[in-house]
Amino acid sequence: MLVADPGTAAAWRSFRHEFAEAGPERRREMLRQRANESRTTDLHMIGRAGLGHVGGDMSVLDILTTLFLSVLRVDPEKPEWADRDRFVLSKGHTAGALYTTLAATGFFPAAELDTFAGPLSPLNGHPNRVKVPGVETNTGPLGHGLPVSVGMAVAARLSASSRHVYVVLGDGELQEGSNWEAAMTAGHRRLSNLTAVVDRNRLQQGARTEETNTLDPLDDKFRAFGWDVLEVDGHDHLALHEAFTAPRGERPTCVIANTVKGRGVSFMEDRVEWHHKVPSAEQIVAAEAELAR
Amino acid sequence: MSAPVAPANETFDCRVAFAEELSALAREDERIVAVCNDSVGSSNLVQFQKEFPDRLINVGIAEQDMVGVGAGLALSGYIPFVCGASPFLTGRALEQIKADVAYSQSPVVLCGMSPGMAYGELGPTHHSIEDLSWLRAIAGLDVIVPADPAETRSAVRWAANAARPAFLRVGRFKVPAVTGDRPFTFGAATTLRDGSDVTVVAAGTMVSRALEAAEEAAEQGVSVRVLNMSTIAPLDEDAIRRAMTETRGIVTAEEATTTGGLGAAVAAVVVTERAPVPMRLLGIHREFAPTGATAFLLEHFGLTAGDIRQAAIGLARADA
Repeated sequence: MLVADPGTAAAWRSFRHEFAEAGPERRREMLRQRANESRTTDLHMIGRAGLGHVGGDMSVLDILTTLFLSVLRVDPEKPEWADRDRFVLSKGHTAGALYTTLAATGFFPAAELDTFAGPLSPLNGHPNRVKVPGVETNTGPLGHGLPVSVGMAVAARLSASSRHVYVVLGDGELQEGSNWEAAMTAGHRRLSNLTAVVDRNRLQQGARTEETNTLDPLDDKFRAFGWDVLEVDGHDHLALHEAFTAPRGERPTCVIANTVKGRGVSFMEDRVEWHHKVPSAEQIVAAEAELAR
Repeated sequence: MSAPVAPANETFDCRVAFAEELSALAREDERIVAVCNDSVGSSNLVQFQKEFPDRLINVGIAEQDMVGVGAGLALSGYIPFVCGASPFLTGRALEQIKADVAYSQSPVVLCGMSPGMAYGELGPTHHSIEDLSWLRAIAGLDVIVPADPAETRSAVRWAANAARPAFLRVGRFKVPAVTGDRPFTFGAATTLRDGSDVTVVAAGTMVSRALEAAEEAAEQGVSVRVLNMSTIAPLDEDAIRRAMTETRGIVTAEEATTTGGLGAAVAAVVVTERAPVPMRLLGIHREFAPTGATAFLLEHFGLTAGDIRQAAIGLARADA
């Protein structure tokens, strides 16, 4: 099991403090900058490893950055703290985005990212809770995160804890039926302590979601299952922050975050081939220049 | 060595003992919860629900959700007993069992109710003869098959305390009491009857039949050792090695497919020893059952005391 990096954890705490005090435009800029730093880190990590899911990583990084740097009640130095909020990345193939975010939060030293996907690295191609602090359950096969999150939300209820459960789902992943079993349970049990965030980039591994197996109208689907639905620009950090922290009603909340796969790197944006293509050294340099703007 | 236990006439549905023990445990420990798939009745959870309505989470007919919810509870400090008819629990939610329970090391107790061919006439869709094979292949998952009500109670208590990913096969087909005062011992076979010619390694419903077979074989001058192998994984390999040196052959008996189940597990130990002994694997050999009640099907597939006796005597005499 990896251990926390106290220096980064302290910097993360300062960031959270500064964020809490900041006005909207400063907040937006703070998160934008950190998300783009994570994008750059992630691109280098994928380039080094020679594998990864770069398109989905770029798509989900604003969501992850907003959650870990401004929303989740967690403590990177006490990853087992019982009343921490729970975070589950159901789209486990974007482990790279999660690892860069966890490292930026201080759950483990950023130097560990150099080992990503290497022999015996704790940073497997899909996240493993037994080895990586901040990972709550092992994901990878799609359609697993929501049922487990429902169990976590039921547990929080039973324990009379105010902790909240956040789960990030891929949109293509919603073609797995297990999600809808769990969505039904969450609606039935009125799990208002559960927020599911859909990374709605409209691309799956092989094609557009709507050309493969239509998901729209996604908001109506969740509403029909007993959820409150918010729809936001998944790259607007303030909108995400607001959706994640707005007072909850009596139902679970689904945040449909409209995103662009490959976001931030012009030649990757909305292109299906960047699902798991590995950028060349030159492409990484070009991407880094775009992200530094 | 303990005295042989004679099979009694009275027989029991192990689900009753399971449910009573689970409720008793729940009174002692508020971390105990039950998760089920519309199986409050068939999993015998009516009393549990009455006493602990908040701690019975019925997700409806949704096994993947059921196992995932169980994992989420386990990862939050609860001790979930996830109960469903074994064919659906194991078949429908196999990937959840692998990823959310075993690989995630979430201490869920998976309770496969009415396993084997307990739902006789309902047919192969409702039979769970593949469970031992499937689950034995999953790393870090204990596979436990109690033989009677007392061992079921004891195994339930063990599972609640062990906090490990585990599968418990909870029988519906009525069996006599055979384990006496020997509690379930995780990872250890219990010798229910000693013998020097042949060893029968049995699990679940086959244990009482193996004891009967040993009794009958003794009358024909063949001394049969009966091992109750209630932990299928991890297997008590030492008990198998002792059987190989102290007796001359091994019969395995299981209400399951022999492709990857108990027989295959025992055989894998036997063939890797320097001096393997001959074996007979009793069970179901890659076949779907025809229509019939459980007792008929056990007879159809050669899983009666007489079949076990015959296999044991055959091994003893072949080698004489």
